[in-house]
Amino acid sequence: MTFSPQLEARFATLLASYPPGRERSAMIPMLLYAQDELGSVTDELIAEVARRTGVTPLQVDEVISYYTMLRRKPAGKYHVQVCTNVSCLLRDGDRLFEHACQKLGIENHGVTADGQFSIEEVECMGACSWAPAVQVNYEFHHDVTPDKLDRLLDELKEKR
Amino acid sequence: MPDPVKFTIDGLALSAPPGTSVIDAAKKAGIEVPSFCYYEGLTLVAACRMCLVEVEKMPKLMTACTLPVAEGMVVRTNTPQVHTARKYMLEFLLTNHPLDCPVCDKGGECELQDMAFRYGAGESRYTETKVHTPEKQFSPVVFFDAPRCILCYRCVRVCDEGMGVKALGVVSRGVVSEIAPNHGDHLECDECGACIDICPVGALTSGTYRYQTRPWEMTHVGTICTHCSDGCKTTLGTRNDRILRGNNRDRSGINGEFLCIKGRYGFDFYDHPDRLQAPLVRKDGKLEEVSWSEALAAVANKFQQVLGEEGSFGIIGSNHTTNEENYYLQKFARQVLGTNNIDHHRTGDVVTTLDALSGKTGKLATVADLYRAKAVLVLGADLALEHPLLSFQIRANYRHHQAHVYVVTANPVREDKYAAAVVRGRDYASLAARLKAEPDLAILFDDSYKGDDIRAVVEFGEQLGIPVKYVPLVDRSNSRGAVDMGLTPELLPGYQPSGQPGLHYDEMAAADLSVLWVVGANPLKAGASRKAGFLVVQDMFLTETAAQADVVLPAACAYEKNGTVTSGTGELQRIERAVNTMGAKADLEIIGYVAREMGAAAKMGPWTPDAVFQEIRGAVRGYNVPMPVLVTGGAAGTTPINGRVAADARPDLVRSDHNGLFASGTLGRYSKILNSVVESRQSR
Ligand code: SF4
Ligand code: SF4
Ligand code: SF4
Ligand code: FES
Ligand code: FES
Repeated sequence: MTFSPQLEARFATLLASYPPGRERSAMIPMLLYAQDELGSVTDELIAEVARRTGVTPLQVDEVISYYTMLRRKPAGKYHVQVCTNVSCLLRDGDRLFEHACQKLGIENHGVTADGQFSIEEVECMGACSWAPAVQVNYEFHHDVTPDKLDRLLDELKEKR
Repeated sequence: MPDPVKFTIDGLALSAPPGTSVIDAAKKAGIEVPSFCYYEGLTLVAACRMCLVEVEKMPKLMTACTLPVAEGMVVRTNTPQVHTARKYMLEFLLTNHPLDCPVCDKGGECELQDMAFRYGAGESRYTETKVHTPEKQFSPVVFFDAPRCILCYRCVRVCDEGMGVKALGVVSRGVVSEIAPNHGDHLECDECGACIDICPVGALTSGTYRYQTRPWEMTHVGTICTHCSDGCKTTLGTRNDRILRGNNRDRSGINGEFLCIKGRYGFDFYDHPDRLQAPLVRKDGKLEEVSWSEALAAVANKFQQVLGEEGSFGIIGSNHTTNEENYYLQKFARQVLGTNNIDHHRTGDVVTTLDALSGKTGKLATVADLYRAKAVLVLGADLALEHPLLSFQIRANYRHHQAHVYVVTANPVREDKYAAAVVRGRDYASLAARLKAEPDLAILFDDSYKGDDIRAVVEFGEQLGIPVKYVPLVDRSNSRGAVDMGLTPELLPGYQPSGQPGLHYDEMAAADLSVLWVVGANPLKAGASRKAGFLVVQDMFLTETAAQADVVLPAACAYEKNGTVTSGTGELQRIERAVNTMGAKADLEIIGYVAREMGAAAKMGPWTPDAVFQEIRGAVRGYNVPMPVLVTGGAAGTTPINGRVAADARPDLVRSDHNGLFASGTLGRYSKILNSVVESRQSR
């Protein structure tokens, strides 16, 4: 399986950062980076990561099915993650999530028809002090209100 | 040895070597600490929290399975806090677990049931709807029912660590996490069933046994697997003269709990619909069912007639039949029929090995030695496919004692993965320097080493300057015993020269003999037509050879008779009758009846296994083993000779069938389970 030169370089650094025989430790970052490039974790990717880290494809599957941030189906270009765990819940995170669903016209784990947005209800992201928190791809957004969220989504829509 | 550590458990002052876990120390002192995920011989995962104990100065309860004893440690297993913890853990395990023990396949021998009975609460506070997922079939052997699974990881670990297969995993998490097979919706693996037997609950069940019986309705008979030469004890569960399952949960036998698919499930050939259940005699060119007395008379009369006419006899024996049968058969051939035309299919060059080791004692490695040796050298053999137990022992030795495994084979083998060195081909001599540095060594070789190759291997081993033991690998459950019992033209029992070697296996099949008598073999398998004037065959099935016979006598299989067999590592063990199949008789009995019909009963002596075994003990050096070991189901090591073998070893006649995990000669062809798994259709 071929990846971009940048990703290959990242893999090389990752695999070299663990003692010999412990290449499997690089599995999660490899999957995350590859997912960014491919959009999702494909069967082919599973086999490739298994081969490179010296484990069985089933062992890779164990990890993927454990971590929600590893996806077997492609997400939207902007993956909107709304926290509804305790701190955020106390500050109306659940309503924020419902609002986001309505605004985008999709349900939890859904993707908009144009492939631009996807949404996911997530657990605590460690941003409790600024609850409710939203994460879009790798960007954090704090003290989010429905209005703030609308503006954010509109901006992103325009960016395309 | 480092100084032992002193500590107390429940007020008992104890000591143990450093590194001992609290759970092991408690067990040794007779204190039970309940556990699910802890399993002797497997890695620790601390997944079930059933083993929680109180330890002084520790802020919370500790898992006894992962806690090593320490100097001055004070452990309590019998406090209200521990009792409550156990109760809660069980309540937790039972939240989604179906409470349908009366119809569960594991009911009556379920560890969760026992634990709930002993340590659990009488009631549950859980009133919500249980999460349910339907049962899945992973293979013809393995079924999985997720709601019953308590996620102890035993199955995952035994497949990875014990079998070296790694076919199972745990996917997803929390309440929906479950066991998954390696190929998405199905398994491709050894199909050994180790995962099923080790499962404490009814989550993994076997295609052959599930829902056939309640465990307490069975009778359990410990006997020896009749397939390969590794000599595993398999405990057959029977009911109404039917074998329902095989396992070895009590760890009796040289194999502990290990069994491959053949020992665990491959017994089913015994009630194949094609099984012969009445003697057949050829009449007007066709084989017709007759009574035993008619068939035996036909054989005896023919034998008498040919003896009178000074005609020729040939006898082909088996490497599945017992020592008693083999001994009695060669005695019949030599003393009653007066011929050395007797042989069997030789699958390893045992004779040259023993000759090359002449004058040296303690040179044959046992199954236990393969677990203890500091280093193991594998020559030629694909052990994981052809000698599953030996492969398992070596793997366990590597995991538990970091043994160095050296592999010298033509093709990749499972041992490569953890081998200290791998050589493709036959150049074992290139390993000399490394082997010399080992404290001791066991060398195993298959039939690609015979005659002078073996002498060279022994010479190589003996000049290493370290203690070396050897295993000449052979194919079948009593291949080794057949040679020891003199089932060859050159050698009498105990490797004494016969003086006038007669015809060997292939020669007999092709010769114009007056009579060819085949006991449990299939020399015409390849489609050759018979040459002998009169052909008598004793077998369980109408094999290619039996189909051409004049008389076919239906034989009992190993699970239907008593006697002894000798494993490839020379360990003598008793087999015990588990069931009876109507119409079939043990080969020993058949030979005895032929002798009686011929008036040779007195000359031959009684044809009961015990009487013949006593004769063997006197006649074959090394078989004079302590009887208590044998009768209590143990394995007794045998060294049948320590001196030169004064006859040609005929290495040219040695050829192994190289049956893999899912093949077993004629028996394999008639085993439904061996033929049903997908792997048997792939080249393994
Ligand atoms: S049957 Fe044997 S090889 Fe197959 S998954 Fe179970 S333990 Fe592993
Ligand atoms: S299937 Fe059985 S052995 Fe495997 S994790 Fe579940 S309970 Fe344990
Ligand atoms: S390893 Fe050999 S003796 Fe043991 S169960 Fe398998 S076939 Fe039978
Ligand atoms: S609970 Fe939402 S970020 Fe912590
Ligand atoms: S036995 Fe200790 S946690 Fe399972």
